[in-house]
Amino acid sequence: MTTESPERTIVRPYGDTTGDGMVQVSFTLPVPHSKRAEGAAQQLANKMGIDPAMVVHAKPMGEGFTFFVVYGRVNHLVDVDAVEVVERDFPLLTPKEANAAIKRALRRRLVVLGACIGTDAHTVGIDAILNIKGFAGEKGLEYYREIKVGNLGAQVSVPQLVERAVAEEADAVLVSQVVTQRDAHLLNTREMAAAFREAFPEERRPLLVVGGPRFDEAMADELGVDRIFGRGTTPAEVASFLVHRLVGRSAS
Amino acid sequence: MSASKLDLDPVTVRKARSLARRAGRPIVKLARQHTTVSVERATLRLAGLGGADGEGTPWVNRLADAVRADVGLEHGLALPVWDALLRGEAEDLATLAQKASAGSVRFAVPEGARARRARSASRRSVGAGIRRIDQRRRERDRLITRHGDAPRQPWIYLIVATGDIYEDIPQAQAAAREGADVIAVIRSTGQSLLDFVPEGATREGFAGTYATQENFRLMRAALDESGKELGRYVRLTNYASGLCMPEIAALAGLERLDMMLNDSMYGILFRDINPVRTFVDQRFSRQVHARAGIIINTGEDNYLTTADAVEAAHTVTTSQLLNEYFAKEAGLEDWQLGLGHAFEIDPAVPESFRLELAHALLARELFPKAPLKWMPPTRHMTGDVFRGYLLDGFFNLAGAMTGQGILLVGMMTEAVVTPWISDRDLALQNVRYVLDAAGGLREDFHPAPEGLIATRARQVLGETVELLDRIADEGLLDAIADGTFGLMRRPADGGKGLDGVARKATEYYNPATDLLEDEQ
Repeated sequence: MTTESPERTIVRPYGDTTGDGMVQVSFTLPVPHSKRAEGAAQQLANKMGIDPAMVVHAKPMGEGFTFFVVYGRVNHLVDVDAVEVVERDFPLLTPKEANAAIKRALRRRLVVLGACIGTDAHTVGIDAILNIKGFAGEKGLEYYREIKVGNLGAQVSVPQLVERAVAEEADAVLVSQVVTQRDAHLLNTREMAAAFREAFPEERRPLLVVGGPRFDEAMADELGVDRIFGRGTTPAEVASFLVHRLVGRSAS
Repeated sequence: MSASKLDLDPVTVRKARSLARRAGRPIVKLARQHTTVSVERATLRLAGLGGADGEGTPWVNRLADAVRADVGLEHGLALPVWDALLRGEAEDLATLAQKASAGSVRFAVPEGARARRARSASRRSVGAGIRRIDQRRRERDRLITRHGDAPRQPWIYLIVATGDIYEDIPQAQAAAREGADVIAVIRSTGQSLLDFVPEGATREGFAGTYATQENFRLMRAALDESGKELGRYVRLTNYASGLCMPEIAALAGLERLDMMLNDSMYGILFRDINPVRTFVDQRFSRQVHARAGIIINTGEDNYLTTADAVEAAHTVTTSQLLNEYFAKEAGLEDWQLGLGHAFEIDPAVPESFRLELAHALLARELFPKAPLKWMPPTRHMTGDVFRGYLLDGFFNLAGAMTGQGILLVGMMTEAVVTPWISDRDLALQNVRYVLDAAGGLREDFHPAPEGLIATRARQVLGETVELLDRIADEGLLDAIADGTFGLMRRPADGGKGLDGVARKATEYYNPATDLLEDEQ
């Protein structure tokens, strides 16, 4: 494999030489520190495909735990072509372009409702997308003249959310979920999607978008929503998606 | 603090304080004119009423609802409740609550001699609870003398949050063994919006563990055990916030918690709780904390999670000054004021560390006797744990250089996972390295009078005075309504819990307030 070139789609990790396969991992084992414990760490690394594995650091932590740092060569290959990801399948618009597109196609403001549902009180995500302050240097949706934003805040129940969506004739509903304990984010999302399907005929249903740091963006269909946005999503991406789907839909 | 390192103008500092007083005074007046369901239920708890019915509804809620349905809230609960007891409706509070929720007691507001008797009977019962809080405070002093106190400042503050009190206990004990001086048990998400305090030991919570009296008791006992083993008293922290803040404050006093998160405006801004409800509940809970010798931790760090840490620096200082005014008015002393602030400036901003030092030193110099609560970076923790570890190191260094009192240990896995055992250990190594290597740096650290740090601190103080001036003129409630803090807009007639507020009638009586204010 010494002939790997940049075009190659089969790759190995890179330490300091092409094809060296070097990785670094750290983990804790529930055993007190000893020679045997270091051997156990090495064994785990070997089973992970790291061979040879160097246990470069071992430190007792708490009672009966040892923390390890391991460096070594991993024998797995990665086929970049075989990777499946949700690529952005819509054009990224500036706020000005988004406003213009909405105005042209809808001839009214686009109505967006946002909330954290269930017991989740972490409004960081929804606020980053909606608040005028925005995120990563981009202004939030409240900044868009042609978008009317209702931020319902935290701990909104699904029935409340549906009720508001009906009352405000929402075009899109954005839900943020940060808490993932006991898969709360997945359960809440499914519940929300089901409630909206029950309350609206499919062609009149608002676009359902969820976001949060722990979602798998490929799970939209499985969870019954139109789109999932993961960590690092910016307001412009969300706005562009909404415009792409809603403006497209009304024009067709 | 000896001589000023920032050369703050004493006239400006005095002006800032007097503006905070001017802005706060109408709020105190408002708080004195009102009561809330939670203040009244806290009073019943101090009189010894605990427990819950078969559905888990606490008896204090049952009794409060029954009384309120008969005579309203505006006279307080004490007069109608103790009048019913004196009439022989039940032999004790617990029985009365049961009968009341079954609908077999009618409550009335007593007058004349009957009112006098109800007042003194309620004062006796609630007095027993206050005496219990006094005992717990003396017990804390005794244990600190016996086991010893935290070895140095800042105190190292660590969080546990499993959702299960029986998992929290070994984690908390392990954290204490690893060097934590203060353990905080994060509350279950959503508890702040419950209008009752759950009952008993709990094993299920979301991103935290419910605050209940039994959970408090279990954790206190476990940390007392650790204190004995480690030869230093380990402090316990929880949250007196949300709709039940006064009740939780009372339970904290009864179970000898040592610190409580207790901010005058947090509930309004970040939980959308009604402003009047919050200020009334706040004042009562702070009176309890004052009595119990509990250190409060205020929540200014939160503003910087929504607003920009440089642009909004003066809102932090403004809120600290308001928190100080409200705290002192409620009887808290300087050593009980864990005023909050945080290391949240975007690391991409040039000279961000010097700006952090300026802000941290400004807080230190404005509140020289307060044990400031120094909060680690969260907003700019990106998932790059290596960079996060470095940022936490700088946070620790700023804490050491500016003499912070309580240091919440930052985790490199912030925003990634709830901390693993290794995250916590690495984080403590980071703190220890910095404190061992540079713990005394404060003594050599004298920012140049015209340098960036001193100039920036004076600028923030100047902006604080301008903002306080505006708030004092406009009124604090209006300032909150138009998004001055944390960019949240909260009108005085909106938010949750407004239906639990009542304007006091002239015959209003509350033995707890009476006793707590008596001794001030």
